[in-house]
Amino acid sequence: MSELLTPTFILILIFSTIRTATPLIFAALGGLFSERSGVINIALEGLMLAGAFTAAVVTYELNDPYIGFLAGLLAGAALGFVYAVAVIKFEADQVVAGFAISFLMIGLPAVISARIYDSAGSTQQIAKEFLLPDFYNRINVASILAFLLVPVCWYVLYKTPFGLRLRAVGENPAAADAAGVSVIRLRYMAVIISGILAAAGGAYLSIGQSSLFTRAMTAGRGYIALAALILAKWKPVPVLFACLFFGFTEALSIQLQGVIKMPSGEDIPVQFIQMIPYLLTIIVLAGFIGLSRAPKALGIPYRKES
Amino acid sequence: MNIFREVLWPLVAVLAAFVVGGLIVVLIGDNPFVVFYQLVGNSFGSLNDIGYTLFIATPLIFTGLAVAVAFRCGLLNIGAEGQLYVAAFVAAWVGIKFGGAVVDVFGKQEDWSWVSLPAVVLVPLCIIASVAAGAFWGAIPGYLKARFGSHEVINTIMLNFIGVALVSYFTQYYYKVAGDPIMQTVEIGPAARIPRISQFIPGMPDFVPLSVAFLLALLMCFLVYVFLWKTKWGYEMRAVGENASAAEYGGISVKKQIILAMTISGGLAGMVAIGEVLGYRYRYYDGFSDGWGFLGIAVALLGRNHPLGIIIAAIFFAVLKRGEIFVDIETRYVSKDLVVVLQAIIILFVASLQKYTRR
Repeated sequence: MSELLTPTFILILIFSTIRTATPLIFAALGGLFSERSGVINIALEGLMLAGAFTAAVVTYELNDPYIGFLAGLLAGAALGFVYAVAVIKFEADQVVAGFAISFLMIGLPAVISARIYDSAGSTQQIAKEFLLPDFYNRINVASILAFLLVPVCWYVLYKTPFGLRLRAVGENPAAADAAGVSVIRLRYMAVIISGILAAAGGAYLSIGQSSLFTRAMTAGRGYIALAALILAKWKPVPVLFACLFFGFTEALSIQLQGVIKMPSGEDIPVQFIQMIPYLLTIIVLAGFIGLSRAPKALGIPYRKES
Repeated sequence: MNIFREVLWPLVAVLAAFVVGGLIVVLIGDNPFVVFYQLVGNSFGSLNDIGYTLFIATPLIFTGLAVAVAFRCGLLNIGAEGQLYVAAFVAAWVGIKFGGAVVDVFGKQEDWSWVSLPAVVLVPLCIIASVAAGAFWGAIPGYLKARFGSHEVINTIMLNFIGVALVSYFTQYYYKVAGDPIMQTVEIGPAARIPRISQFIPGMPDFVPLSVAFLLALLMCFLVYVFLWKTKWGYEMRAVGENASAAEYGGISVKKQIILAMTISGGLAGMVAIGEVLGYRYRYYDGFSDGWGFLGIAVALLGRNHPLGIIIAAIFFAVLKRGEIFVDIETRYVSKDLVVVLQAIIILFVASLQKYTRR
């Protein structure tokens, strides 16, 4: 084990953690806005996929990752709006509707890419020079954006009138309403922001970390981001650390592949390595959920008393 | 109970989904009427077609029931997929170990079993094992919810990934013939096989994989109905789903009901293994499920979480699933994933129209 703790290995692990945490940070910050306004966001997974798919297609077609990235955000906003209409206007069960959005994004990208690229499984490979660039071959520009967004979100949430209203709507919508805040409008905005941020995480996956979109490529990251949000008690700065923690476990599992051996001297089977982030999510959730308090109005549709 | 209203809103949701789906088809550049004809027009033309449609409906009835039982207790079980994978592997394992499975390894006959039980013991044993395995995999998120309050949706999704990885590990390292390029276990012993319906119906080709598991699925619908509406436990479970705090106040243990509901739900999902492993493939096959665990959510919602509705909804989705392949072949641009899109839209619409049904 001691030969693992070389400076190179630790450095690789740190950069790898930053990479794997990036999509989680985007998505969890997205979930933060939605859930602090009182709307559960199981749809994060689908919103990420919308961003990932759109960014991959637009980047491939236009050879510009920044336009592709923005297009991904737009797709996230649009899908976030659809989700918002379902749960705010029609008061659909938020967990069920969120799942439907995520499920939709398994099928819809496949239908579209089957039509335009004749391949339902994935989009076309993007050339390396048209991907979101890495600085010094190590840190992706999107990772920097994700880290910068943490203080920005903190500022918006705690230091602006918008943030104050948002939190009020999530804790006590009736009181916020009485104070003249439009609960419905604020929730729409929060869910759409949520869609944009989650989509940014997805776009990073397809045009930053990878170079194409593959079916269901988020592999549960939307749900892991949700677990990170709960672990972080719905607060922006702890969200960063929670995501770094989950990112670290994923990075560790990747880096350990083929490095550490079982007592018998054989490689640890890949299946067990793959399980680590999922297993840890369950354990962390069970261990910490009691300590964290959800926004009071989370999951409850708001209907004005008349 | 207003039957008209019970049926009306699901129908509206389906129609609306087809309208939206039709628009997508138009945007893609195909004729929606041709696509929809291919989707629904190939399911009941012959005994062969009917057999296949009901064969696909079988796992959907099980997973639909599984999701519905959890729903009635106020829980969303997205973990049916993982539960049925674990159950299918365990069913195959029992079928191999207790079924006298003899395996051809590079021309050499090897006995991989411990004992060779007769069918009359072996089949029930396989069934019990698969139900127990599914129930166990469902009980975990139930326990986690009851004990720690952690959300069952996140936990069931995580357990899907874990379950699939776990059985894939056992398959790859212990129950696969070395060198077999396909990730599948060896075949179960012949005594573990259950009869196919084609044996009883003259004119149905014997390659149609519809088995007696379908009849079991119908039986389970009846039993779930009796459980939910005619027993004290079922009453308490529904009370928790209607209003957990009121149920708690009324002396019902919410925690016990949550664990029980998830256990039953997992067991029902596990029954998918019966038709798939004992009645069709005769082995565990990695990736055998066509998203049935997730489809169960659509089936339960469309079927209004009622066993009778679930049978109808399962057959409806089976029709779409059967049509999938014809859409792929017979239309120019639309791929079979359109069915996934339709399912998702139906779920979204049913959920969105829910508030109108309560008036």
